[in-house]
Amino acid sequence: MSVFLNQLYFLVPLFIASAVPLAVVALGGLFSERSGVINIALEGIMIMGGFVGIMFIRYLENATDLPMQLIAFFGLLVGLITGVVFAVAHAFASINMKANQIISATALNLFAPAVAIFTARMLWQTDRVVISGNYRISSIPLLGDIPVIGPMFFQSTYLSTFIGIALFIGATIVLYKTRLGLRLRSCGENPHAADSLGVNVLKMRYVGVLISGAMAGMGGVIFVLSFATRFDANVAGFGFLALAVMIFGQWKPKRIVLAALFFATMRVIGSAYSGIEFLSDLSIPADIYRMLPYVATLIVLAFASKYSQAPAAAGEPYDVGKR
Amino acid sequence: MKDLYQNTLKKIANSSNGIKTISSITAIVAGLLVGLIIMLIANPAGAFPGFLTILAGGFNSGLRSMGDTLYYGVPIILTGLSVAFAFRTGLFNIGATGQLTVGAFAAVYIGYNWTFLGPVHWIVALIGGMLAGAVWGAIPGLLKAYRNVHEVVATIMLNYIGMYLVRLLILTFIYNSDSNEAHSPAPSARLPELFLDDIFPRSSANIGIFIAILAVIVIHIILNKTTFGYELKSVGFNRSAAKYAGMNEKRNIVFSMTIAGSLAGLAGAVLFLVAGKNMEPVNVLLQEGFTGIAIALLGLSAPIGVFLAGIFYGSLQQGGYYLQTFDFEPQIIDIIISVIIYFAALSLFMQRFVADFISRQINKDVEIAEGNDSA
Repeated sequence: MSVFLNQLYFLVPLFIASAVPLAVVALGGLFSERSGVINIALEGIMIMGGFVGIMFIRYLENATDLPMQLIAFFGLLVGLITGVVFAVAHAFASINMKANQIISATALNLFAPAVAIFTARMLWQTDRVVISGNYRISSIPLLGDIPVIGPMFFQSTYLSTFIGIALFIGATIVLYKTRLGLRLRSCGENPHAADSLGVNVLKMRYVGVLISGAMAGMGGVIFVLSFATRFDANVAGFGFLALAVMIFGQWKPKRIVLAALFFATMRVIGSAYSGIEFLSDLSIPADIYRMLPYVATLIVLAFASKYSQAPAAAGEPYDVGKR
Repeated sequence: MKDLYQNTLKKIANSSNGIKTISSITAIVAGLLVGLIIMLIANPAGAFPGFLTILAGGFNSGLRSMGDTLYYGVPIILTGLSVAFAFRTGLFNIGATGQLTVGAFAAVYIGYNWTFLGPVHWIVALIGGMLAGAVWGAIPGLLKAYRNVHEVVATIMLNYIGMYLVRLLILTFIYNSDSNEAHSPAPSARLPELFLDDIFPRSSANIGIFIAILAVIVIHIILNKTTFGYELKSVGFNRSAAKYAGMNEKRNIVFSMTIAGSLAGLAGAVLFLVAGKNMEPVNVLLQEGFTGIAIALLGLSAPIGVFLAGIFYGSLQQGGYYLQTFDFEPQIIDIIISVIIYFAALSLFMQRFVADFISRQINKDVEIAEGNDSA
């Protein structure tokens, strides 16, 4: 029993490290798509947010004596702001200019890593932005001392985990329990009807895209802090995976979180199978395990996608004249 | 002189292609300007010579860099064609990189092992690459047509599955533990250089450019001159309408993704059936597939546009290579390309802007002319 528990203590934090950035970014993408703007720029926004956020953390580490969690918090905040600023470019093109949303997002996806590498190499002659700290919280006072649950969820955890949970609750409430959420969703389903009832479609879509930018930008910082102490101008495709998680989750917050948890579980099995006894005894090649999350997602989707619930107007520029 | 200017303006104003071309050129100029500004900020002294190097692109070191422009342009043209073809049929193929990877593996596997094939060895290896890519493209096509799985998710998943699968296959079948890479294809499997090594001495140019041209022509004919292509495009415009018109929309989706996959697979084969470039067993998605998306968009999803955009990209890439002498990083090229694509995304706005500008020019001159008459 204690072996099993020890394995859980080892696996659960790994699992959370994968699940949180995926869920946060996918929830961000959700706001954009429910408002009617497809956002495949999540990857680029994550990279941009991660890059600027980590640069800021590096600066704070060198220049100040702030406590570590405060530094992490400021890093997340800077990532969030960067994401918003960067997302304005996508919002402007796809909302004001009625541009093809895939094209402008592709431009951002190409732009972000190029700028990150270019800047880092110009400044430090390397692709990498290295930070010194490990931002894991070793144990949360009181909560960390609870038996079983304590070591599983409240020891060696991250600030971002709790921000992620708060964001999930906040996102669900905003989307389904507020006037803003209703209006935002109506712009993604039938913008002309929304417009006829006095909803400002352009404004709502801006809100959607900028929220997605905020969450993806912060997600980029969360990704780096959870997995490494350096930023390599990429986020291991997590932006695209988040897009997949969002579609997997059928554009609904609860299902998105479940999809992220499912994907993270598969990913942890894939990366930590050697620490799980009965799996390492099977001696299957590591690459097979690494494929697992992707294969499992495809199989689940093949059985679960019959009735897709994509927002009806996602991807279509709003044209008043079409009413 | 004035008449000529007027007539040209009128001609442009009356043809939508003329306005599209001008707005594309405006996008390119805008991208280059942004690049110049970033270079001025990063390194003011080297900015202008560096910028000229980018502009010179494939002409930097004469015939050699022109040959290399073709060489580097080919895989990009083919992946761009793959993405563009899927686009025209209403599908977004983010999976070009996965299709390219499995295609490359199949080609290198055949190229390393099946040496008994003799003079047709490289042709079989190319076809093997195409077929593997076609299979990798058919899977998301089937999932989309029959299980309603969004092709964006399916192709993203298949990118990673392909990456890990190919890594495993390389390690199992064609691993060269001395160099830590896959084995090189046998000399008989390398793409012939034809007469291109005479025209472009010391460059890497090979038959690939003719393969790319052939692919562009074939895809152009399929899309624009055949019933099959018409059906594919109809399904892309409106799946339901195509269905009610009696077209088999499911079959068409599968065909479309299969063809797109085979083009990306061909790109993978062309990329690695050469001397001096071997596949590596690493967990990295090959960038050529993603660049293909950019090239497809830059080429307005038309085969000939994709060809021109691919050569343009190859040339800029050469510029980026020679740029390093001025203490600049080659990523500036990707920055420029991304800004160009962004402005291309604003093409609707740009086209209106260009049209307005031209009509204002015409009207202004007419007013002046009328003013002269009355005086």
